[in-house]
Amino acid sequence: MITLEALYRLMGLLTGAAAVLNLGDRSNPHRIWNATFWALWSISFLFGTYLPDIVNGGVILAMVAVATARGIRPSRSESTTAAERSASAAKWGNRLFLPALAIPAFTLLANATIGRIRIGGTLLVDPKQITLVSLGLATLVALALGYWMLKPPVRAPFVEARRLLDSVGWAAMLPQLLAALGAVFAAAGVGKVVSAIAASWIPAGAPFLAVSAYTVGMALLTVLMGNAFAAFPVMTLGIGIPLLVTGMHGNATIIAAIGMLSGFCGTLMTPMAANFNLVPVALLDLSDRYAVIRVQLPTALILLAVNTVILYLFAFPL
Amino acid sequence: MLVLLGLLVIVVGFAVRLNPLLVVTCAGIVTGLAGGLGLVKTLSTLGHAFTESRYVGIVWLVLPIIGLLERAGLKERAREVVISMQRATTGRVLLAYLALRQVTAALGLVSLGGHAQMVRPLIAPMAEGAAERDVPGLDDSERQKIRAHAAAADNIGVFFGEDIFIAIGSILLIKGVMAQAGIQVLPTELAVWAIPTAIAAFIVHGARLLLLDRRLSQRTSAA
Repeated sequence: MITLEALYRLMGLLTGAAAVLNLGDRSNPHRIWNATFWALWSISFLFGTYLPDIVNGGVILAMVAVATARGIRPSRSESTTAAERSASAAKWGNRLFLPALAIPAFTLLANATIGRIRIGGTLLVDPKQITLVSLGLATLVALALGYWMLKPPVRAPFVEARRLLDSVGWAAMLPQLLAALGAVFAAAGVGKVVSAIAASWIPAGAPFLAVSAYTVGMALLTVLMGNAFAAFPVMTLGIGIPLLVTGMHGNATIIAAIGMLSGFCGTLMTPMAANFNLVPVALLDLSDRYAVIRVQLPTALILLAVNTVILYLFAFPL
Repeated sequence: MLVLLGLLVIVVGFAVRLNPLLVVTCAGIVTGLAGGLGLVKTLSTLGHAFTESRYVGIVWLVLPIIGLLERAGLKERAREVVISMQRATTGRVLLAYLALRQVTAALGLVSLGGHAQMVRPLIAPMAEGAAERDVPGLDDSERQKIRAHAAAADNIGVFFGEDIFIAIGSILLIKGVMAQAGIQVLPTELAVWAIPTAIAAFIVHGARLLLLDRRLSQRTSAA
């Protein structure tokens, strides 16, 4: 059965290749540190399942130390020049879009089919992991298509992947580290404390204030925790249900739906939601770390107000 | 109360712009210690959770093929296609992508997008290319702003589209949390109540994208 472990092997090989290629790049004086960072992540992907938890924790500390003290610095050398790329773009035309669009197309196709494939009575793919396995398979299909169409040197995709990984740098690892932080929060009982504080703060008998406390609270806690999914149980069990559903006889469906959407407004405003707000800053080569958040902020605040009004107007009996 | 020290570390760390990896790691260690886990247990919890969360990093598997296509001129081609379409301004390109992302996410097709596979190689070069054609002497800060807008359109589109699909993770989480409190909610009704905010998101953000066009063109006439 194909499980996530297979995808971790692939990621281990990819980050391992980035380490090896960095090590061999004599044009970059920073190559040792880049290589160390990607090698450590590669170890986590390849062997994390088998290593003791404390060693995995040590790998994190080592990666953070390298990233903080030395940083990741991309090599200056370019694989193809702007003129070569323009010539190639003219030669291939719109056919260049095919492998790129093959990724979503094959993800959807695989998503709809691989869950039902059985070989010798056992399922081919772990049914809980179909979406991610589909994405992994689709990238392999797209890569094969790219090799077949463009006939590049065998190492070219990995040279390019290493270039992209180096330019994204430590931000590539941040979303995974934030997910781990969420688990530590849960183990230490952060949610329970926040929910107790929130519940003790809100005055009863002020309907609009109570509604705002829930929507704004969802957004704020999401800003702090980086994830509306982490904030939702805390705020809904702490404020939403006792105050709005039980206390004010509100419609539980509307309250819960709008509560989650208010959390999404928070996601748009926080660097803690790194995969949405900080990773693109690195991918798009933006000099202001908070550039994406700045652009999203007005929309997020207006939608938070809209959510509050929708909840106040529609969730309660007249 | 002490366990909230970790949240304080996050707020202060991000405010003074320390490296986010360092901020998050310190927040984790402070929270674990304050919660009485002890140093070894804290580090083990962090290590275990990090290993269990490796699926988050799987999105980077697209880099070899995206890099290969960039090497062959994908961004340049994306830019040319938009430049040849006179009516496709920066704001309209991003508005079309916002609509596409919202509608496909509402149908459950969340994977039809993303920063590594769509925004960087296709959407950002298209939005930037349109501005290059329409705004003479486009400067670097404007280019950066347009690219940031491309990322924002992807985020806003998927966030305020996906909740209309009944089998998405957030709807299932809502159902689970409410069930814990003894309240049954139907995914179909939750999805219906995501529609008003989705429409508001399209109107609000769409208007801002068209304003971006106006701002870019006003700057041209001023210069």
